[in-house]
Amino acid sequence: METEPKTANELALGDTAYKYGFVTDIESELAPKGLDEDTVRFISAKKDEPDWMLEWRLRAYRHWTTMREPTWQKVNYPPIDYQDAYYYAAPKTKERLNSLDEVDPELLATYEKLGIPLREQEMLAGVAVDAVFDSVSVATTYKGKLEAMGVIFSPISEAVREHPELVRKYLGSVVPYSDNFFATLNAAVFSDGTFAYVPKGVRCPMELSTYFRINATQTGQFERTLIIAEEGSYVSYLEGCTAPMRDENQLHAAVVELVALDDAEIKYSTVQNWYPGDADGRGGIYNFVTKRGACRGRNSKILWTQVETGSAITWKYPSCILQGDGSVGEFYSVAITNNRQQADTGTKMIHIGRNTSSRIISKGISAGHADNTYRGLVRIQPKAEGARNYTRCDSLLIGDACGAHTVPYIETRNASAKVEHEATTSKISEDQLFYCLQRGLPEEEAVSLIVNGFCKEVLQTLPMEFAVEAQKLVGISLEGSVG
Amino acid sequence: MALLEIEGLRARVEGKEILKGVDLRVEAGAVHAVMGPNGSGKSTLAHVIAGRPGYEVTDGSITFDGRDLLSLGADERARAGVFLAFQYPVEIPGVTNTTFLRHALNAQRAERGEPTLDPIEFVRMLRDKMRSLGVTEELLKRPVNVGFSGGEKKRNEILQMAVLEPRLAVLDETDSGLDIDALKVVADGVNALRSPARGMLLITHYQRVLSYVVPDHVHVFAGGVIVASGDKDLARELEEKGYADFAAADAA
Ligand SMILES: Nc1ncnc2c1ncn2[C@@H]1O[C@H](COP(=O)(O)OP(=O)(O)OP(=O)(O)O)[C@@H](O)[C@H]1O
Ligand SMILES: [Mg+2]
Repeated sequence: METEPKTANELALGDTAYKYGFVTDIESELAPKGLDEDTVRFISAKKDEPDWMLEWRLRAYRHWTTMREPTWQKVNYPPIDYQDAYYYAAPKTKERLNSLDEVDPELLATYEKLGIPLREQEMLAGVAVDAVFDSVSVATTYKGKLEAMGVIFSPISEAVREHPELVRKYLGSVVPYSDNFFATLNAAVFSDGTFAYVPKGVRCPMELSTYFRINATQTGQFERTLIIAEEGSYVSYLEGCTAPMRDENQLHAAVVELVALDDAEIKYSTVQNWYPGDADGRGGIYNFVTKRGACRGRNSKILWTQVETGSAITWKYPSCILQGDGSVGEFYSVAITNNRQQADTGTKMIHIGRNTSSRIISKGISAGHADNTYRGLVRIQPKAEGARNYTRCDSLLIGDACGAHTVPYIETRNASAKVEHEATTSKISEDQLFYCLQRGLPEEEAVSLIVNGFCKEVLQTLPMEFAVEAQKLVGISLEGSVG
Repeated sequence: MALLEIEGLRARVEGKEILKGVDLRVEAGAVHAVMGPNGSGKSTLAHVIAGRPGYEVTDGSITFDGRDLLSLGADERARAGVFLAFQYPVEIPGVTNTTFLRHALNAQRAERGEPTLDPIEFVRMLRDKMRSLGVTEELLKRPVNVGFSGGEKKRNEILQMAVLEPRLAVLDETDSGLDIDALKVVADGVNALRSPARGMLLITHYQRVLSYVVPDHVHVFAGGVIVASGDKDLARELEEKGYADFAAADAA
């Protein structure tokens, strides 16, 4: 089918000239603007990828050209011009600063409120730090420890080269390249991401990526993550960062695939604090992410926790495919939208195996002029004898100009299934606020405390060291929402 | 100058005038009881002192410790030392009693330039106070007022007062709905906090509590004004005769 949209460059120079130009360009750090097969080849070549990987990307790209951007979600944004973007840029080394004095004071104030240690503040802000404490050396120590246990934890680009048998087997096995518009785009042009493999019976001794917090801030626009937990293994992975993240790229279309085999458990926690745009809704990241976990083995378990406070638009449904008998899927979500932010988020629990169970706890908070939608699907397939689901969606409104919506889809094709759904919508009451103020709490602290109480059930599923920061983040994201 | 001076205070709620010229002075060290019929404006007075949004002061002044209280926000008043024990304490789901109280105390300490207490230091301090008030450890771990019985809520208010050690405590019917043992416990809690530096305003319907917490002054509140003031004997007189004798002022 080969319908290659032409880039501005191509149109100007003609195909031959452009392709010639492409050859010299391979040394450059930036792919030409626009997206066509050559862009995909360029990215693949840059990563030194084997042919099968390039082929897969190209299949995805070709499929993408036949797809249309979806419009069913309850979010609004101006049309994205996919040809007016760069799809590959070597990670920019941040400008090195000499001390925290040179850092944007607004950013520092937020670090301060989050309680991020001084040294990490320096790293996050790109201040040159003492080599001894450099995150890289810390990371190397951990890496040795993990390797000794047989755990593979590396950039996915490295895994493609070094563990092709694993990547080939599992990549796209949960989120196929043809899955949806943004996932397909990601499959064609993914820049990098994380690969983790936990062998049989191994309990990963640390939260993966907690020590990578610094590195994790350099995530790309089209990230791809693949985590495989072999029989009887356990791994907890933490993505993101409570510190505010600024990024030039407006569209973020990541893909995350999880595979849990017999008796394995994967816990995947996300704290998303991308730039939400200004108070009037200018700028901000579009966070359109596909996250899906396959509970392939018997009694396997996948647990998603997400705290979504950033981005202009958040649009994602971390899902579980409960294939193995007795497998368990859980989804805990806090989504906060303030000012002009929009979120349409939730989960899908697909019950295929017998005695599978799922639990969904969603807390949506809207303030300002923001919109917040929970959208969730619980599907019980005919063979899912004894399946059960419990869903609770609570929405909290701050002020009169924001919106909260709950859109549950329940499809039951097995009579033995038990599906429960509860939903509430409430406001921070004046009584609650006054009660807190009367005890001496400043208004913002009062709101933060009340909202944290509202989210407690979700926040307490986060790894300990992160829970405290996440609590502070909840308060910070709502600053200026009252009064 | 008295700790609290209220002069010619008029206030409206939802466009309706409730306080119609209140004059009241509470000296440091004194306990003032305020009694009066339902709907006369006692809670309104308490809320206006505490700075609850939605109450419009149309005339008069409130001076606290020499400061113009009306120019301060509710939280600033609290940090300046004004405490209100609520007639109807409010539930805050998901926030444990301990956490709530620690945040409150630390906000007040910060205002005074004192170091904040970490959770361990705080709990140590809290233990002593809760024991004497018969507040259980279990109650402290529960979310603020959620599912508390009426009596538990009232005890909890007194515990908060004991922890925050305010300069002025306004207790709005803290004695209502308490069984006789609980009443004694709460009264002991209040008496323990009587001090030369602290003033108290005790809003109540019952003489009963006043035999445990003996007031220095008693005021009769009716129709949005104080219609009579006297010593503790006035309370006894009220109990016998009811408010009928003061109703004339109410009609005004
Ligand atoms: N938010 C409000 N909106 C409308 N009216 C109000 C409001 N708050 C108080 N009022 C009215 O003001 C009057 C005084 O109420 P307040 O609660 O101060 O009485 P009270 O003396 O405390 O009574 P009680 O002894 O029953 O507690 C009542 O008529 C009440 O209905
Ligand atoms: Mg009252």
